[in-house]
Amino acid sequence: MQTLTPEEKQELDLIANKMRSQIIEMFHVAGGGHFGGSLSVVEILVTLYGAVVRFDPAQPRWEERDRVILSKGHASGALCPVLGHWGFFDEGLLDTFNQLDSPFGMHPDMNKIPGCDMSTGSLGHGLAVGIGMALAGRADDKDYRVYVVLGDGECQEGTVWEAAMIGSHLKLNRLTAIVDRNRLSLDGATESINALEPLADRWRSFGWHVLECDGHDPAKIHQAIQQAHDYLDGPTVIVANTVKGKGVSFMENKYQYHYAILTNEELEAAREEIAR
Amino acid sequence: MKSAKIPQWTGDPVQPLPMADVASRVAAGLCLVEEARSNPDIWALTSDVLNSTGLVPFAKAFPERFLNVGIAEQSMMGIAAGLATCGKIPVAATFGFLASMRACEQVRSDIAYPNLNVKIYATHAGVALGKGGTTHHALEDVAIMRTFANMTILEPADVLETQKVMAAAVAHQGPVYIRLRRGPGPVIYQGELAYQIGKANLVREGNDLTLIGCGRTVGECLLAAALLTQRGISARVLDMHTLKPIDDEAIAAAARETRMVITAEDHTIIGGLGGAVAEVMAELGLATPLRRLGVRDIYAGIGGEDELLAKHGIAGPQIAAQVMQFLE
Ligand SMILES: Cc1ncc(C[n+]2csc(CCOP(=O)(O)OP(=O)(O)O)c2C)c(N)n1
Repeated sequence: MQTLTPEEKQELDLIANKMRSQIIEMFHVAGGGHFGGSLSVVEILVTLYGAVVRFDPAQPRWEERDRVILSKGHASGALCPVLGHWGFFDEGLLDTFNQLDSPFGMHPDMNKIPGCDMSTGSLGHGLAVGIGMALAGRADDKDYRVYVVLGDGECQEGTVWEAAMIGSHLKLNRLTAIVDRNRLSLDGATESINALEPLADRWRSFGWHVLECDGHDPAKIHQAIQQAHDYLDGPTVIVANTVKGKGVSFMENKYQYHYAILTNEELEAAREEIAR
Repeated sequence: MKSAKIPQWTGDPVQPLPMADVASRVAAGLCLVEEARSNPDIWALTSDVLNSTGLVPFAKAFPERFLNVGIAEQSMMGIAAGLATCGKIPVAATFGFLASMRACEQVRSDIAYPNLNVKIYATHAGVALGKGGTTHHALEDVAIMRTFANMTILEPADVLETQKVMAAAVAHQGPVYIRLRRGPGPVIYQGELAYQIGKANLVREGNDLTLIGCGRTVGECLLAAALLTQRGISARVLDMHTLKPIDDEAIAAAARETRMVITAEDHTIIGGLGGAVAEVMAELGLATPLRRLGVRDIYAGIGGEDELLAKHGIAGPQIAAQVMQFLE
């Protein structure tokens, strides 16, 4: 199995840090943003684009590309800088984030953002769409893979489980779901609102191959994805344990920063912490 | 029907309406608390959008009558239906796009069809969640809800009317879709407000033409009417706070007594206020010219609420400018 070298991991860590800084700046210009879930998903997206996904920024609709669906579309603030970093468009354009008629919105639009494979924003839709993509790939004899990134709170939606059933029934081994398990949704802790545990067992009982990893370590995420690739009997879900608001200590594990408008002091503190 | 370029008002600006000092969703939540104090059957449900829907005071005041189901809008509507069969008056709160579309069939089959006493508290109507983009806009909800038999649709224009709407919705036996907004809106009414479901409010007298608005666009119609006086035009303004059952009489009177009827809605022009008014006028055989202003069969795009209202021609100055164009 391929693993990341320490240098490769370090490089992805650096990129993750740059993404955090861009998230803070974009949300500052936009006047607010979904900090918590954007900051928790950074390493997942950076590892996907930096070490896993097959893509060509010059041909965003290349048929052979791997597909990535950010089903928790409110983390568009993390996806956009990642796509910019990997060359799908000029990163300078991110300055328009969430301004009138900008291509880059609070929720991503596949017809406006080069490299975005699916428009999302309403939770619980992405897994079924990923199944459609994987099914088409199988029918057309393509070897591309499909990655669907879900929120943990999102897994309270029934549609996630309908899709989970058919995904394993169809044995779509080229489909990998990654759950950003930060343990918080909008209103508070998933376990106090509508408990998800035993989450891994639930996915297992729906016929999925289940892995767990540290969702902030690119090497661990990469390793889990490699294991998912090696599993040929059906789809894999990776429960990536993360921290909502990761990287900005006053936001960490605080549902209050799910969506927020920062004060000047908070903005400065966030900038300083990320620059360290 | 696609968007033509929206003309801009070239005359002088007018004084904007005073703004409420409270966000409309917060005001709505407080009204519900007031109703619940005297009515122990009122329950409130939400789906991981407690704060966003202004229900925190309710959850604090009546924890035993409150449930947050998590991110599960369809189940929330089913649970509300079940509560209603047992004599409760559940108020199911979520964003308008989710109430009308994610949970659409539950609303039709579990609430409207059995005619259950559920109140759907749908916030962030129209482009109120402007920067959330298309997934988070609710520009189709009135059209969808209007087709469900038994459903009543109410949309208050300001805080005072929200109090009236909330009280009327709870007192009404049967399903009600309450279309609410998000942030603070203009103040339309002061002092006493007579309110009756199904009876439009005349908010400004006028005899050249009639502007009909609902919710946020009532204030925009008032602004447009004020601007139009600069051109010597006297515009009547109606607040069509009940979208269903719609006030046929007020529409007929407007069509007979003024020379043009213009509807303005923060909604697609298909099937909402404009559609309902067109149906009434056509069936009554009233040939008075009608123009529907609203989002013209496109997705509204990303932008702030006010920016999008202007972009789609449903802010006061753009309404006035279009009226001048219609009159040419
Ligand atoms: C179907 C649907 N319901 C509600 C919302 C509003 N909403 C946006 S994000 C969010 C919480 C998401 O929690 P989670 O999936 O855990 O994401 P994360 O914590 O990673 O941000 C909610 C309720 C939505 N976008 N879509």
